[in-house]
Order: sequence, then C-alpha cells, then structure tokens
Amino acid sequence: MSKKGTFKLDGKTVAFNEGDTIMDAALRAGEYIPHLCHNPEFTPRGSCRVCIVKANGRQFSACTMPASDGLEIENNSDEIMAQRRSLLQMLFVEGNHVCPGCEKSGACQLQAVAYYCDMLSPHFKHFFPRRELDASHPDYVIDFNRCILCELCVRASRDVDAKNVFSISDRGIKRHLVINSPTGKLGDSDFDKNDKAAHVCPTGAILNREHGFNQPIGERLYDKQPVSIVGDVAENE
Amino acid sequence: MYDSVTSDPLLLLQYLQSQQLANGHISSEDVSTLAEKLPLSETEIRGVISFYSFLHCNEKIKYNLLVSDNITDRMQGNAEILQSLNSELGELDYVNLQTTSCIGMCDQGPALLCNGMTIPRLDQQKLSGICELVKMKKAVQDWPARLFEIEDNIRKKGLLLSEPLLPGTSLQAFLDNGADTSLDEIEASGLLGRGGAGFNTASKWRLCKQTQAEQRYVICNADEGEPGTFKDRVLLNSYAEAMLEGMTLCAGITGASRGYIYLRGEYQFLKTKLQQKIDQQREQNLLGKNILGQPDFDFDIEIHMGAGAYICGEESALIDSLEGKHGIPRKRPPFPVTSGYRNQPTVVNNVETFIAAAHIIANGAHWFQQQGTAQSAGTKVISISGDCDLPGIYEYPFGTSIRQILSDCRAADTQAVQIAGAAGHLVAAKDFDHNISFEDFSTGGSFMVFDHSRNLIEVIRNFTDFFRHESCGFCTPCRIGTSLQHDLVCKLDDGHATHYDLHELKIIGGLMRSASHCGLGATASSAVIDLLEQFPQLVEHQLTHTDYEPAFDLDAALQQARDITHRNDDGPHVENQPGEHP
Repeated sequence: MSKKGTFKLDGKTVAFNEGDTIMDAALRAGEYIPHLCHNPEFTPRGSCRVCIVKANGRQFSACTMPASDGLEIENNSDEIMAQRRSLLQMLFVEGNHVCPGCEKSGACQLQAVAYYCDMLSPHFKHFFPRRELDASHPDYVIDFNRCILCELCVRASRDVDAKNVFSISDRGIKRHLVINSPTGKLGDSDFDKNDKAAHVCPTGAILNREHGFNQPIGERLYDKQPVSIVGDVAENE
Repeated sequence: MYDSVTSDPLLLLQYLQSQQLANGHISSEDVSTLAEKLPLSETEIRGVISFYSFLHCNEKIKYNLLVSDNITDRMQGNAEILQSLNSELGELDYVNLQTTSCIGMCDQGPALLCNGMTIPRLDQQKLSGICELVKMKKAVQDWPARLFEIEDNIRKKGLLLSEPLLPGTSLQAFLDNGADTSLDEIEASGLLGRGGAGFNTASKWRLCKQTQAEQRYVICNADEGEPGTFKDRVLLNSYAEAMLEGMTLCAGITGASRGYIYLRGEYQFLKTKLQQKIDQQREQNLLGKNILGQPDFDFDIEIHMGAGAYICGEESALIDSLEGKHGIPRKRPPFPVTSGYRNQPTVVNNVETFIAAAHIIANGAHWFQQQGTAQSAGTKVISISGDCDLPGIYEYPFGTSIRQILSDCRAADTQAVQIAGAAGHLVAAKDFDHNISFEDFSTGGSFMVFDHSRNLIEVIRNFTDFFRHESCGFCTPCRIGTSLQHDLVCKLDDGHATHYDLHELKIIGGLMRSASHCGLGATASSAVIDLLEQFPQLVEHQLTHTDYEPAFDLDAALQQARDITHRNDDGPHVENQPGEHP
C-alpha cells in the first residue's frame, strides 16, 4: 500500500514503513492500542474489534488497517473507549469468565485490557453457556469457558507448530474452538507443552496444569503495571 | 464429483452439498475418506459442514423439510404448516423438520424446501400429499411435478424486462467496439451495482482489468439471501441468457477466462435449467472457446451451489465459500477486484447488474440513462411481498415514489414498508413520498408491505432472530450483539421492556453499526433503530411502566423452590402477584 510516511494518533505523530498497519506502526512507536486477537508474530485477523480506532469518521480495526500518510486517528477518545468497553463486556458475558476463581487472574490479557478500558462490570446479561473442560492432556488443560475466539492458538498451531491442533466449528453465537483429534480431546492430539500454541492464549483458556498459583496474587504480570506498559501475555511467556 | 474434490480441495463444499442432496445427509464414512484424501482433518471438514445450515451428518435423516420462516411466510400462515407437519411427521426419525431463513418465495408462500426442492403455496391439501409421500418414503424426484410449480409473477416490465436481449447482440457490439470503448460505455451509463451496496460497476471492472495477474475471474452473485428478495429467482428463471452474456462481456472487458455463478442453495430448483442455458450459450458460440469467432476470446461458466448461509451474499465471504471454506468475510484491503478467488483479481456482481451491463452495451449508455435520476441511472427490479393484492416482480425507473409502488401493487391501509430486506429500513407512512434510488431509499430489491393489522415489533423480532441465526460469528460485535439485540427485542415484544432496554438497544445497535467487520453486522440493527425512532408511540405502548424489569420472569423462577417445598401460598410468590395462584 502506502510507502513510508506519518500519521497522527491522538495528535501524536507516528512514523510508518511500507506495509505497516496502524497497529504495527503504533506499537513500534511505543503507542498502545488495546487489542486481544492481535499478536505481531501472526497475520492479523481483526476479529475481536477491541483495537478499533476512528479515522475519517469511521471505525477500523487498527491491526488490519494499512497505515497511510496524513491519516488522523482517534485512539483513546471517550467514544472509542466506551465502544471498546462494550466489546469487552460482550466477551465477558458470552463466555464464563469467573476471574476470582481463575488461575490466570492477574496475568490474563483479557482481564488486563478490561481494566485498561475501565470496564467495571460485565453490564450485559450473561449468556451462561454450557461449555466443557478438557483435561485429557497430561500437561495442559483447556477451559472452553474462557475462549474468546481470537484464534491465536489456531494460527500458532497451524503456522508455527505445523500441527493444526485447533480449528473453529459452527457459526454465529455457536461458533467455538475444536480440537483436531479423533476424539476431539486434546490428549489425543499431538499438542505439546513446548508448542507455540501453548503460549499465545490471551485468556485462561489454555493453561499449563503442571503447577498452579505459583505466583501469588499481587505479584502477577499485570498486578503492578497496566497492559499498556507490560505488553501482551504472549511476549511475556 | 468425488474424483474432482480429491484433486481440488476447493471443491469441498460442492461435494458436501451434492452428498447432502443425494442422501439427505453427509455420512461419517464420507467425512473420513475425504479427510484421508484431502489436506484437511475430519474436524475441519465437520467444521465446514457445521457452518452451513443445509448440511448435517445425521445419518438417519432421509428427508429434510425446511419451512421458510421469513416474516412474510409467517403472515401467510407458516405456523399452521409447521404444526401440521410436526403432528404428522414429527415422530419419524428419518425426517428433519425445521424452519429456515427466507427461501425467496414471499410472493407465493408459505413455502418449504424438501431435500433442496422448493414447494410454494402450501395449503392443507398439498401438505397431506407431502406427508403421505414422506411416509411412503418415495424419492423426491418422483413426487408429482405440480407440487413444485413456481410462478414468475412479473407484474411490471421496464427497460430490462420488456425487450429481451437478442442473443449475441451485446457481445457483437463489444467485439465491434473493443474493450476500452465498451468499458467507457458502461462508465458513461452510470451503472451502479444492483445487489445493494451500489458500487460503480465500470470502476470495479476497470480495477480488475488493470491488476496484473495470470488469471481473472468473473463471479455472478446469485446468493439472493436478503429476506423479502426474490427478483434474482425470476431473472435467473426467465432472463438467464442476458445475465450469461453480461458475465461474458465482463470477461471480455477484464480479460477473465473463468466464471462462476454462486447460486444460493435455496434455488437448487433453478440449477438444471440454468445449466441448460449455459450449454445453449456454448452451442451458440456465445460461451466457450473463440467466442463469436474471436481468436483468444475464451470464457466458460460453472455453477457453484451455496448451502444455506446468508453471509455468503457478502462478496468476500462468497469467495471463501466458493473456495470450499467457511463463508467468512475477508479483511479488506485487499479487495476482491485485486485479490479475490484463488487470490486472483475477481469481479463479483449481482445477477441484475450483469443483465443491465449486457443491455447497456447492446443499446448504449444514453438508452440506459433515459430513465432514473441523475445519481441513479436506469431501473431497479424489485420484489414486492406482504400485505398487497399483487405481490411479485416490478421494474421501476429509479426515483419512483414508495407511494406509487404501493398503489401499483394494490396495498391498502399500509402501516409500514420494509425496504431493502431485514438489513434495510422500516419506512413509516409519513415517508411514502420518498423514492427508490441510491440517494434516497436504496434497495437491493426487497419491498415488504405491512398493513395496520400487523404488529411491527413482531416483524422486527423476526429480523433480529434472522440476524442472530445468520451472523457468521467472526467478529465480537456481530456475533454477540445480534444475540443481545434479539433478546432485548423479545423482551420488548413480550411486554417486559423498559426505557432502559430501549436505550440499550440503541447502544448495541450503534456499536454493531460502527465496529463490525462487515456489512452484516453494520446493518443488522438498522430496522430495530427505525422501529424505535419512527414508531415511538407503538414502542412506548408496549413498555412496562416500571423503571426496572428483569429479563426473566421472577415469579416463574421461584417455581422450582415452590415445588420442592410444596408451598403455593403468598409467601413464595413475588409481591405484586398475590392471591391468584393456581
């Protein structure tokens, strides 16, 4: 698309290189745009929509929008932050996210982004879906209650591990993560704890079961500093 | 078919759809042998099956009876149809009886699909015949032909429908004038896409032509899924030659050599006839190799079937579906014109757009521009259904008023019109002097009429149910927002909503509009917002006059506790419902 140039992010000038998305350029410049399904190591998807920004009167996902010269972008405006809050609240009511009982609490990117966006309650009516827990694998457990369909594990397993352990089934509100194994269980797949896919989940859906609560509450990844400074779960793995 | 899918995995959906039609289901054995041959796991193949409404792996099923459940079908009594079918056939384990999204028979409903074949104008007599045939386990192809008779119901012809295109005239004119002049002619005509989005056709073709590529594709979007739209059904049935010629013309101009018609699964009944038309064009040298004797002008067309997914009408989701995958809209850029089918430049246009283009090249841009408005040249074919005496197909110059259209189809006592389908707008009587055009009320062709006997909240509830069912689920606001929206509209319809809930609907609708990944999510709240803004008194009347009302029935929620404690006095009941306990 556009060659090198600059755009304005909430008034600050950000330089970009050829082929950059708004997210690429912003992250490189140290400007945080909240995101969940984005991980710079993978092809962007633009599905969680938490990274929406506004330019020319329209919202775009920053992770898929190519940067172009002279663009004036709203990132942390009240309107955009309110919309991000609603999107996060939607994710919280869609699944079963019980933070106080979750091993990942304090080190969870979903929770951290929600705090960053001042989400104080789930607001919407809970869906309370019935979802399974897959504890068939010796090293890892999958709690489908916490999956937000970011497809990072799908992409990591397919593109990095070359195993294709995960895929997506169904459509609409029934859309869900499935395991590519004869039984549909993780234990019957060739998933391994050293796989990239084991280290990209932004929630507590894919958890190491070898140890629990190693790090005390209060000393976890996002306990002292916000996600905008700490960065993604995946880059801290 | 099996051999073709093993050599080209992109044909997966085509194979699955053909198996579903032939057997009433897809067998597990089929899935496992496919998984052995294709670079896909069983889980992934099952994932594709689960995306499409018409596909399933229930091996007991021999008959799939899918009753169309658009609001117009409901107005025509599909509830009684469902009830009768259920009482007659509900117990049979080889029958799959369900509702399905609008099957494009609104002018002759209620209607259903039986193993892919459309049966319109259902009444009790037809129903008892159908039930008997199912109980006898007679194959659907041996059922009496009269069950499947479908009418065109063309009520008003204009520029495109009154004078059929003489075969080859458009292509001959193109060959005489050359690609550049022909493209300029399309541009001069001001033709905008007829599917709904209204993108400039000449710009689309030019972008495709200008993109460097080994191969280019022309795709006809015949996935007419917008509830209340059935004009493409009629165009494909009676004007297919002009459409095929329009596609061939586009191929000639852009340099494409392959074309596909993505025909919605609901229009399976049109496939054989359409294939005959393609063969006929080939025999007349209007398709195939060296078209009209022109060296190197090679183009051929294949029909690909959809399998029950509204989202596949979105052009990039259509392309993914054409490639055998889940129909999920792609991120843009790149746009299909530069990277579409098989990542090659691809033009996707609606059936009517190709017909209009063929006529423009045959008759000239000026001929086309003599009708319509300055910004919307030509005519629009619309499908009228609902409360009117003459439902069917009408071709109007752009700029025709809603009032005129209502008068022509003999609609009386009209309360509202839903223009452009469930994704369009609910128009109140005060706006009936507005017109059909890209600058006023834009429409892909759906025009559903509701008189004062109808409950508009029920209408909107039907639409929100539709969107909840048809959202592809890729992005957060649409996947979750369509469910939240439907729950709130149900709450309103059931008489439990407060002002707070209306405010919530506006917030959710606004978020879906601005933050969704594609047009489905962006338009799924339009009719809801119209209901709130255009019919405030009607909505107000339906509200409870309390500040807060839970989404569930508090008193009913206590029933389990009452059962356990064997109590039914005032104590275990919600305060405001004392003394009337059964």
